[in-house]
Amino acid sequence: MSGHDTPAPDQRPNPAAAEGGPTRDTPTRGPARPLPYVIAGILLAAAIVLPLMPSLYSFDQPRWGGMPFFYWYQLLWVPISAVLSSIAYWLTVTEDRRRRAAVRGNGAHAARRGGDAA
Amino acid sequence: MTREINWVALSIVVVLFIVVAIMGFMASSWRRSKEAAGLHSLDEWGLGGRGFGTWITWFLLGGDLYTAYTFVAVPAAMYATGAVSGFFAVPYTVVLYPIIFIIMSRLWSVSHRHGYVTAADFVGGRYGSRWLSLAVALTGIVATMPYIALQLVGIKAVLTVLGLGSSQNALLTDLPLIIAFVVLAAYTYTSGLRAPAMIAFVKDILIYLAIIVAVIYLPIKLGGWDTIFDAAHAKLSATSQVTGKPVGAFITSPANYASYWTLALGSAMALFMYPHSITGVLASKGRNTIRRNAAILPLYSLMLGFLALLGFVAIKAGTKPIDLDGSTNPQLVIPQLFLDAFPSWFAGIALAAIAIGALVPAAIMSIAAANMFTRNIYRDFFKPDADPKTEANVSKIVSLLVKVGALVFVIAMDQTTAINLQLLGGIWILQTFPAVVAGLYTRWFDRWALLIGWAVGIIFGTVSAYNVVNPTTKQHFGGSLAPIPGTDVTVYIAVTAFVLNLLVAVVLTLVFRGLKVPQGRDLTRASDYGADETDPKVAQLEKAERFVEPGGPPPVA
Repeated sequence: MSGHDTPAPDQRPNPAAAEGGPTRDTPTRGPARPLPYVIAGILLAAAIVLPLMPSLYSFDQPRWGGMPFFYWYQLLWVPISAVLSSIAYWLTVTEDRRRRAAVRGNGAHAARRGGDAA
Repeated sequence: MTREINWVALSIVVVLFIVVAIMGFMASSWRRSKEAAGLHSLDEWGLGGRGFGTWITWFLLGGDLYTAYTFVAVPAAMYATGAVSGFFAVPYTVVLYPIIFIIMSRLWSVSHRHGYVTAADFVGGRYGSRWLSLAVALTGIVATMPYIALQLVGIKAVLTVLGLGSSQNALLTDLPLIIAFVVLAAYTYTSGLRAPAMIAFVKDILIYLAIIVAVIYLPIKLGGWDTIFDAAHAKLSATSQVTGKPVGAFITSPANYASYWTLALGSAMALFMYPHSITGVLASKGRNTIRRNAAILPLYSLMLGFLALLGFVAIKAGTKPIDLDGSTNPQLVIPQLFLDAFPSWFAGIALAAIAIGALVPAAIMSIAAANMFTRNIYRDFFKPDADPKTEANVSKIVSLLVKVGALVFVIAMDQTTAINLQLLGGIWILQTFPAVVAGLYTRWFDRWALLIGWAVGIIFGTVSAYNVVNPTTKQHFGGSLAPIPGTDVTVYIAVTAFVLNLLVAVVLTLVFRGLKVPQGRDLTRASDYGADETDPKVAQLEKAERFVEPGGPPPVA
C-alpha cells in the first residue's frame, strides 16, 4: 500500500513552500487552544509542588513493609510523577499535532491565514 | 593501612572496563551516515549526529545525570547525616522531570532551527549579546570541571576498596586511575558523544542489576526494613560529641523543611543548566523525544531512592568504610557494603558498574565543556569564521585538556577542594537560569540587566558559601545551606542567590528600558520555538529566500 509512505499530516512539508517558499516567519504551528496546556500545566505543577512540601509527609507512621511514611511517600511520587508526565505528554503532543496539521493539512489557505496572523 | 587485593572482584572490574573501552572505540561508526566519516563537525562529534531516539536518549541521559559520584555520595550522606543531606535527592529527581518537560522542548526546537550546540549559543542568538553568552559559557565550563574531577573520586573509591593503592606510594595509588582516564580520553576523542551513548547501555544495565539484587537480598539477610530503619534512627538521633546536636536527621523536622525543599528545587532547576545535560537533550532526534523521556526517566529516580536507602542498610550491617590512612571515609560505604555482603564475583559487577558509571558522565561533561569553549569563546571572540571542521578539531583537543585538568586536580589537590568547588558549581550554574529559561519564553529582560543579575548572584552565592563553617573541621565552604540574610530560615544558598539575581534583573530591566538602552538583535522568531525535526533549518530557509529574491538584502547578517 502506497499510503504507508505518506508522512503523517503534521510532518508533511509546509505547503507554503509551493508558493514562493517558506520564510523565517512562516509559522510552524497554528494558533493554540489553551485548554490542553492548562490541564497539562496543572498536572505538572502538582508533580512539582506536592513532593516539595515536607510538612505533608514528615512522619514515621504509618510504616509500609517496615518503611517509614516519610520514605515510602516520596518514593511513591516517582511513579505518580511519571503517570502525570505521561498524561501531560499525551495532551500536549495531541494538541501539537493538531496545530502543526492546521498549517499543513488544509492546504495553502490555512497556511496563508496562519502566515498573515503571525 | 594496607588492604588485601580482592583478585576475583578486581578481575571482573578490569574485564568489564576493557569491554566498554572496546565499545567506546567501535562507537565512532555507530549510527553514522557515510558523509559523517571522521566526525568533522560539532553536530556529529559533539552531538552524535543529533539523531538519538527515545531509548538511546533514555540510556544516555540516565547515564549522564546519575553519575558515579551520585552513587557514592548520596548513600554516603545517608550513612553519615541522614535524610536532609541525602534523601533530598529523591524529591530533587522527582520534580526535575516536570520542569524539563516544560522548558526543554522549546530549547530543542530553537536549537534545531539555528544549529545551536550549547545553551550559550541560544542566549547569544536570542539577546544579541556575546558577553551574556560568554557569561553562560564560562559558568558552564567552570561548574563542569570539578564535576568531572568528582567522577574520578567515584572511581577512586572503588579502587580503594578493591585493595589497589597504598598510603605510602602515591604513584602506585594513582596509576590505575591515570590509565582509566587516558583510555577514556582516547575514545572520547575518536568517537565523540557516540562513545558514552553506547557505554551507557552497559553501565545502566549493570547498575540496575546491582541495586535490584541488593535491595531485595540485603533486607532479607539483615532482618527486614523495620530493623534497618530502627538502626538508622538510633544512629542518627544520637548526640554528636562535637556539636552537641543530633548526628543527623532521620525524618525532616519543621526546622529543616525549608532546607529540604530548597535543596531539592534548587538542584532540580540547576541540573539542566549544566552543559552535559543540555548536550544530552540537543543530541535527541525530535522536539518531543525529551518530553517522552520526562515520563520514563523517573525509573532512574526510583533506583536512586533505593540506592540512598542502602546507606541505611550499611548502618545496620555495620559496614566500616576505613580509608587508606585509617580514617573513616563515608564515601567508601557503598563499595565496602557490596564487598562485605556479596560473593566476590557479584561485588565485582557492582563495583564495575560504579566505575563505568564514572566514565559516561565524565565523557559527556568533557564534550559539553569543549563545545562551549569552541562555540562561545573560540568562535565568538577569536575566530568568527571557523568552519565546522575547525570547530570539531578544536573541541576534540579541548576535551582532552579538560580531562587532563580534572586528573591533575584530583591527584595533585586535596579531594575536598573538588567537593567544595562542585558545591560552588551548583550555586553558580543556577545563576544562568534566568538568561536561558526566561529567554525561551520572552525577550522582556534586558541583556545587561541579566548579566548584572548573574554577577550579583555569583558573588552573593560564593561569599555565602565561603562563610559557612564546618562545625567539626572549622573549614570554610562547610556546606551549601545558610540562613536567608536577616532571618533564621536556613535554605540552599543557590536559591537565595537565584532570587536575588532575578530581582536585580527585573529592576534593572525596568531602569534600562526607561533609559532607552539599545536592545540587541534577536535572531530567533516565534516560529522557531515550535519547530520539529521535519521543519527546515534557518540556514536552509535563508538560502531559499536569497534564491527567490535576487538582489534583496540577506535577511540575517
